[in-house]
Amino acid sequence: MIRETIGLILIFVGTAFDFLGVLGLVRLPDVYNRLQAATKCVTFGSAGILCGVFILQGFNTFGFKALLGIAFIFMASPVAAHVIARAAHRSKIALAPGTKTDQYAEDKELR
Amino acid sequence: MKLVRWILGLIILMAFFIANFFVYDGAIYAKLINVYLFSCLFVLYRVLAGPSAADRLVAVDIFGILIIGMLSIIGLAYQNDFFMDIGLIWALLSFVASLAFAKILEGRSLDD
Repeated sequence: MIRETIGLILIFVGTAFDFLGVLGLVRLPDVYNRLQAATKCVTFGSAGILCGVFILQGFNTFGFKALLGIAFIFMASPVAAHVIARAAHRSKIALAPGTKTDQYAEDKELR
Repeated sequence: MKLVRWILGLIILMAFFIANFFVYDGAIYAKLINVYLFSCLFVLYRVLAGPSAADRLVAVDIFGILIIGMLSIIGLAYQNDFFMDIGLIWALLSFVASLAFAKILEGRSLDD
């Protein structure tokens, strides 16, 4: 009983995080802002949902596949976000109009 | 004009959530799957209307991570675990595809 309650709460929190991340993907003004909002929120939300599925199902094949999914998401998603941000900055996609500073453009060693 | 767009979006979101959680009479997993399908509509809007190529790339990369959560909830609803296989393979292919497209967007070839 307590296990089902904790699992359903984790699944609800994960769904809320996923929806807010996608809302940020639509709402924010820039490539980099969209990338930050969407990647962080959607990664945490999907990991929360998979953790809830593992708590609901226990140690059978479904639960172990959920654990494997958590490990894969935590390894793959930051790498993809970093590569996309670097490619977008190197292909000179413009920043948002209200940007104050851009440290990556000023650094000569990284370019 | 901006205020009109903001109020229109708020009305759409409130109408969807009230209709999903209070009017629609279904199982709890069906309601969560409806939230996911609504999120997928937003992602497809960003894919279709992104101003640059990087926006579309971000949206496709996010879609691959979104689909693994949705397929795990579908697997809970049907009490079957092969949906998780589909989700893992989809996320893996989306990861490799976003790496390759980012490298093309950067202006280098694939064996560089």
